[in-house]
Parts: sequence; C-alpha cells; structure tokens
Amino acid sequence: MSESSPLLAPPSTWEEFTEGLWKRNPVFVMVLGMCPTLAVTVSAVNSLSMGVATTFVLAASCFLVSALRKLIPKEVRIATYIVIIATFVTVTDYAIQAISLDLYEALGAYIQLIVANCLVLGRAEAHAARNPPLAATMNAIGMGLGFTLSLVMIGGVREILGAGAFFGFSLFGPNFQPWVVMVLPPGGFFVMAGWLLLFSIVRRRAQMRAQENERARAAAETSGACHGA
Amino acid sequence: MTVEIRSAPHIKDDAGVVKIMRNVVWSLLPICGFYVWQYGVSALASLVVVTCACLAAEEFFLRLGRQSGDLGDWSATITGLLLALTLPPGFPLWMGAMAGFVAIGLGKAIFGGIGHNLFNPALVGRGFAQAAFPTAIATYTPSFLPDRFTDFIPSSLALPFMTPADTASWVAGLNIDGVSGATPLARWKFEGVIASNWDLLTSLSGHLPVGPSPLLILACGLYLAYRGYLDWRIPVAVLGSAALLAAALYPLNPQHFPDPGFVLFSGGLMLGAVYMATDMVTSPVTPLGMWLYGALIGALTVIIRYSGGLPEGVMYAILIGNAATPMIERITQPKAFGTEPTKETRA
Repeated sequence: MSESSPLLAPPSTWEEFTEGLWKRNPVFVMVLGMCPTLAVTVSAVNSLSMGVATTFVLAASCFLVSALRKLIPKEVRIATYIVIIATFVTVTDYAIQAISLDLYEALGAYIQLIVANCLVLGRAEAHAARNPPLAATMNAIGMGLGFTLSLVMIGGVREILGAGAFFGFSLFGPNFQPWVVMVLPPGGFFVMAGWLLLFSIVRRRAQMRAQENERARAAAETSGACHGA
Repeated sequence: MTVEIRSAPHIKDDAGVVKIMRNVVWSLLPICGFYVWQYGVSALASLVVVTCACLAAEEFFLRLGRQSGDLGDWSATITGLLLALTLPPGFPLWMGAMAGFVAIGLGKAIFGGIGHNLFNPALVGRGFAQAAFPTAIATYTPSFLPDRFTDFIPSSLALPFMTPADTASWVAGLNIDGVSGATPLARWKFEGVIASNWDLLTSLSGHLPVGPSPLLILACGLYLAYRGYLDWRIPVAVLGSAALLAAALYPLNPQHFPDPGFVLFSGGLMLGAVYMATDMVTSPVTPLGMWLYGALIGALTVIIRYSGGLPEGVMYAILIGNAATPMIERITQPKAFGTEPTKETRA
C-alpha cells in the first residue's frame, strides 16, 4: 500500500488524489464496497447521492483518523475507527433525511450501512492511519470520487437500459421498451461485470504496451554493444 | 490379403467438431423449414437475424481475445438457429439480435470460447431475453395465418429499444375463428384447457401457437443419434423421467395435472431434450451421468411447469442440469479395472 517506504519517495499530494480515480479505483480495481454498488445503482441519481455520501464519510473519517493516529492505541484501533466512521454516517443520515425524504427512502438502509463499507474502514486502516492529515484527506477524496464515478457509471447504464432515462431525463420517448432485468439485482451484476471486464482489458493492454516499450528501450541500449538482440 | 496391425485407439471415423456441428445444422434445417412454413416471413426474419447476430458476436469476440474456435465450426450457427426456434415467431427482431449477442458473449465467449462454456449458449441468450423482456417473450401468435408469407407479425418490426406493437388486437382484427395467442401450455396453466396430444405432436391442426412439430424434431434427433452425433441416453432420460413423473401425478388429480402425452409434446420439451440437453460441452460424458442428468432435467421440467409461476420450465431445467453437470461427472467417474482392492485381495 502507500505507507512511506525508505526506498521510495513519498507520493505527491496529486498522486495521492488520483490514486483512487484509476490506479486503485475502489470498485473496478480493488472491488471494495460491493454491497451499495450492487444495491443502490438502479438509477444515476441514487448512485450519485450514494457516492457523495460515501465520499463525505470517507474524507471526514480519514482526516480524523489521520489526525488522531498517534493517540489511538493499536489494540483498540478498529473500534475507534468504527466510532469515528459511525459518527459521520449518522451526520450524513440525518442530513440526507433533511434534504430529501424521497432520496432517503430510495437509498434505504444503505446510508446507515456505509459504516460497514469495507472501503471506508480499509482506507482508514491502510492509508489514513499511516499518513499525515493532508495526504490522507486527499487520498480519501480521490477514492470517494473514484467510488462515485464508478457508481454513476453502473447506475447510468442501468437507468438508460432499465428506464430509458439518464438522471431522470427521458432519452427514448414514451415508447421505450424497458429491460426489466436491468433494474433487478442480476442487472447490477451484469453491468458491474461488463465494466470490470472493460477495465481489465484496458489495463492489460496498457501493461503490455509498457512492457513492449521497456523491451524496445533495452534492445536499443544493448544494440550498440552487441549485434542482433 | 494384408493384415494391418495398429495400436489403440482405433478411430474409424473422421468425426470432429466441424463435421458433427455441420450435421447438427443439416438436421436442424427441416425443423427451421417447418417453422417458416408455420409462421412465414416473420419466422424467416427471426431465424436469419438471430443467427447473424450470433455469428457477428462470435466474430467480434474471436477478434477481441484469445478464444478457441473459429467462425467456420458451425457452433455459432447452431446457437443462433436454436435460439431463434425457442423465441416466439413475432419476437421483435432487435430483441432477438440482442439475445443472440448475449448468447455468444455471456454464454460462450466469456468462458473462453467453444468447449469451455458451462451453460448452453442458446439458453443463456433466451434466459437473458426472458429476464429482460418478459412480456414480449410470452407473446405468441397463431400459426398458419393466411397472409403469413406476405405480412410480418407487427411486433417483429419494432424499432430498436421501442415497445413492440400489440399483437392481440392485430390477431383479433384478422377475424379468424378459434384463434388465440395463448400457447397450449399457457391455456393449460391459466385456463385449464388441455390440447389434444395428436394436435400437439404434429403442430398442424388449426392455428396452434406452438413451435415446430415435436414429431419432426424427434425424427431429426433420430438421424443424429443414428449417426452417433448425439447420445440417445440423454433425450431418452429427459423424456422418460418427465413422462414417468407426469404419469405418477396424473391419477392424483386428472383435472389439474395433464396427461403424460401433453407434458411431452407441449412447449419446448422435445426441442430441449433432443437439441439442447445433448449439447456435448455442457452435458456429462459418463453413461450413468447422462442418465442422471437427463432424469434431473425431466423431473425439474415437470416440477417447474406444475408449481412454478411460469407455464414453461424446460429452459431453467436444462440450465440447472448444466450447472449440475460437473458434480454429476465427479460422482459417476468409472473406476479403472484393478485399482480397487477386491474381496479376495483384501483378505
């Protein structure tokens, strides 16, 4: 993970921020927080609100965990993290209830369940507890944005195919034939798997290209010394 | 006279994937022809579009990655033809193309191509279509309509992503006596009307909204079994267990449970038993395993039909049978002679 190793230079704040967007995307690379990912992504709006709520909890918890990391005894750290996370989840829960009751009812128990989202606890344990507050918060915000983006990507496809709309705007007119399966749980798995497949294909292609470049450079360097590499 | 001495295995035939698949396609042609005769241009368009979608998907995934197989091995053609035969004739063509793409992509390519799939690709495609478009896939139209060779069934030509036209009012507008869009299975399930076995067996009388004649499917299956391209044990086990279970339940309540003949000849049981359950990739290879697998599918079909919410259960029965295949093969492994201690040697 990203704890500062004596051999490597600590990552810059920008690197901390972008880590969650692509390299360690919480949903499509680390495959964390699957419960809300599959359950609330029926529409783009639900996905976006879930992502924003999680981002807030993540950023606030990681900041506090990081600030208190030298005070928290190792033996009770998980319990302490959970208390911190639960505090912010409660704040989010009441805030969403106050802003939009419809949304609150659509998201249901999954708001409270952010406390059990392994992405939040995982970031607190693996990153925030070992890094200063600025790095921890930037990393958490990046992770949260990556999570939000992934959820909207899944929710968007499911809403377009399942309801013919995107963020509530009808795309195909009144005669659209909804794909019933897309708003049912299997649709979540299909779309999620499709994106995972696309991500892994793109990543594998990028890796192969990097390896080829490496080999070409090595060949170019040795070609001066010996013939026909 | 020369005596040629060779060591085992003694291969007498050059049957390979391509030859077997080609023969299956040939044996499907009469069935497809009958289907076109029943439903006209809509059925023809459905067969062509679904098969082309399967072939296009196969080509796409072959180019995309390291799949086994190639377009010339006929397997995608079989998937397409079988998928089209399991869909209603008036199934919107865009949905059929979607089902064909899903059949190859989700049913086959994702597992690594031909020979690697866990489930019958055609049924994966149909399962997806059933889950995505439950209304369209249950909408049948009467067969042998007078204008079938010139007029499309209106729902066939729905624009992509749009709701198909209502066929019920179209059928009512044709003013043909004794015509309804409900399949014999749906009429039994929801209205308690049982069609006669002979009508179901031939699919010829009246305007029954059914698939190709079970008799014809059986004949084509016999040809394949005779050539050794499908194992006779699986269809016999599927049909046998379905008939036995139906015969056992029939005396209990003849009003509610149909007779075994109805169970065998209605819906897609014959097509499923002969062409889908026998898919070499997704069925067991051991003889005992084939019997168990077939019996499981037959029994599940009857159970799903009798107590499920939907009138038809063959698709799910075969998919569950496919899922059970690895376990069936594990428990039916033959023991090599001599590896087990006998009573004498143990003593």
